[in-house]
Amino acid sequence: MIARAPRNLSALLVLGIPLLWIVVFMLLPYGIIVTYSFWLKSYPTFKPAFQFGNYLTLLTDVQYLQVLGRTLKISILVSILSLGLAYPFAWWLVFRCRSQALRTWAYMAVIAPLWVSYLLRAYIWKTILGTEGILNSFLMSTGLISEPSSLFLYNQFAMVVTLTYIFIPFMVMPIYTALERIPLNLAEASADLGMGPVQTFLKVTLPLSTPGIAAGFTLTFCLSFGDFIAPFLVGGPDGNLIASVIQTQFGAALNWPLGSALSIVMLIIVLAIVSLSDRLEATAHTGAA
Amino acid sequence: MAAIIELQRISKHYSKTIIGVDDVSLDVEDGEFVTLLGPSGCGKSTLLRMIGGFEAPTHGMIRLAGQDVTHVPPYRRDVNMVFQDYALFPHMTVGENIAYGLKIQGRSRAQARDMAVDALALVGLPDKIDQKPAQLSGGQRQRVALARAIVRRPKVLLLDEPLSALDARLRDQMRIEMKHLHEKVGITFIMVTHDQEEALTMSDRVVVMEKGRVAQDGRPQDLYDQPASPYVANFIGTTNFVAGSLTGRSPAGTRIASAAGDFTATADLALPQGAEVTLGFRPEKVRLLAEGETAANVVPGRIAEVIYYGLGLRTTVELAGGTQVHVDCLLPDSLARSAVPQPGAPVRLGIEPHNVFVFAGRVAA
Repeated sequence: MIARAPRNLSALLVLGIPLLWIVVFMLLPYGIIVTYSFWLKSYPTFKPAFQFGNYLTLLTDVQYLQVLGRTLKISILVSILSLGLAYPFAWWLVFRCRSQALRTWAYMAVIAPLWVSYLLRAYIWKTILGTEGILNSFLMSTGLISEPSSLFLYNQFAMVVTLTYIFIPFMVMPIYTALERIPLNLAEASADLGMGPVQTFLKVTLPLSTPGIAAGFTLTFCLSFGDFIAPFLVGGPDGNLIASVIQTQFGAALNWPLGSALSIVMLIIVLAIVSLSDRLEATAHTGAA
Repeated sequence: MAAIIELQRISKHYSKTIIGVDDVSLDVEDGEFVTLLGPSGCGKSTLLRMIGGFEAPTHGMIRLAGQDVTHVPPYRRDVNMVFQDYALFPHMTVGENIAYGLKIQGRSRAQARDMAVDALALVGLPDKIDQKPAQLSGGQRQRVALARAIVRRPKVLLLDEPLSALDARLRDQMRIEMKHLHEKVGITFIMVTHDQEEALTMSDRVVVMEKGRVAQDGRPQDLYDQPASPYVANFIGTTNFVAGSLTGRSPAGTRIASAAGDFTATADLALPQGAEVTLGFRPEKVRLLAEGETAANVVPGRIAEVIYYGLGLRTTVELAGGTQVHVDCLLPDSLARSAVPQPGAPVRLGIEPHNVFVFAGRVAA
């Protein structure tokens, strides 16, 4: 027993610190938020209570449902656009790119923006899409338009483009990994058994890469769902997303209980998506294991 | 019988200096079981992949049942392959794997399933149709891969090192089963292996490859008894080599002198007198002569080592001139064991002339 004690102590130290971290910085804040969500607003502060008024407001006030709907729409569009761009790219990298050096460089080119400040990456699109921006100058120089258009910036289109640009690495990485794990000879076996390239893709490559698609979709969806910088920078008047509303509730509106309730609703949606994709991955895995 | 596969001067050059297959011509008869045998890197797998359509030759022509298929993609070739690690689709059941190539042939779902059931019965796995490949053992996966490839009744079945992933006992069993399967289905089999025993036991014909070329092509017994080169003699079975020179011809055969003594060989090479040659003989075709016994070729030596391996003895004998050769003999009963030679003892080796190979030139043995 005496010999055991130090080992228990070191185990406690090793596990204790991360545990403490999780409790103090995750569980405790969640607990506080959940508690707040039942409180009452009493301007300029709030008072403890246990009532569902905040949640009821969210469900009945069209304004919040609209924002929620818009956020879902933007996140889904971002995920679909990212998938549409990332999948062919990852597929090309894994199956068609012959040069190892080119593959490494192309992959790094996608990942590298992650090292650049998030704010800067969002800001770039302001300079591209703005009235004085690169896109307008280009279109004017080609003569397609005669004067700068303000159609590109401060709308949902700008948000989708910006968020796709920012989060696409999170779609490329899991899909690349999933595709890379597919043995090359499976495609050969499929061809051997009479299937052309398109059928081989649909029957072998695509089903075997679904775990990667699910993971990428979940990541980009959840990240866009909680984003509040892009709406702030490129969103414009009709670009309010749920995260910016939460920010307002905790800031200018000074309605922490409502903000908390909104955060909890958002958390539930994200958790639902994550567990759904987990299940999808699990079914794909029992097949692929 | 018609040739189902004709390879006409096939080459595969990866670059100017890297040559995978070098000018190979080969005909395979319909229904034959042909094995491409050689060490890794000899081009045998590349050749097989070219027949399957997975790689295109840089020169030459491949004909399948008389049709030029050199540049026909695999999915339009009436050839199927059993891949080295089976390449079963992990997301499909055994039945779906086997039926995979049938729907494209215009078979209905029910028909495809019936054919999959039959194919599974043929390979001895009738009850696994609804399992996933991950639930099967290595041997079972191999059978599924076989079933998937033969169910389409291709003109030719290609097998890429089909037994290399199995353990020794299962491998022995599958050898026999695959040979029986070949007889049952009557499809032409072309197999690639580096295992000479596998090649000898399973095939009608063995093509020994060396550095992208065909070193020798023949029936297993011919390859073993009349190897065309020291390479073949050493790759198939074991051969003792003794350097010598041709001294003349007699009615009994070719006379060869060596540091170990004089030999007579039945084999005759069109070489001038005095030409450098290499003699070869199999360890099991040499006898340790008892006192008073004699043979057409008698070579004196001294025993260097005796190794007992259950079935018999492998004796290493040092000949005059320093060459060491192996002699294998079976131990028929306990009596023979008392006559086990002892290291250091002088012996005489007896070799019959028809068991002596003669190769032109010298090899580093």
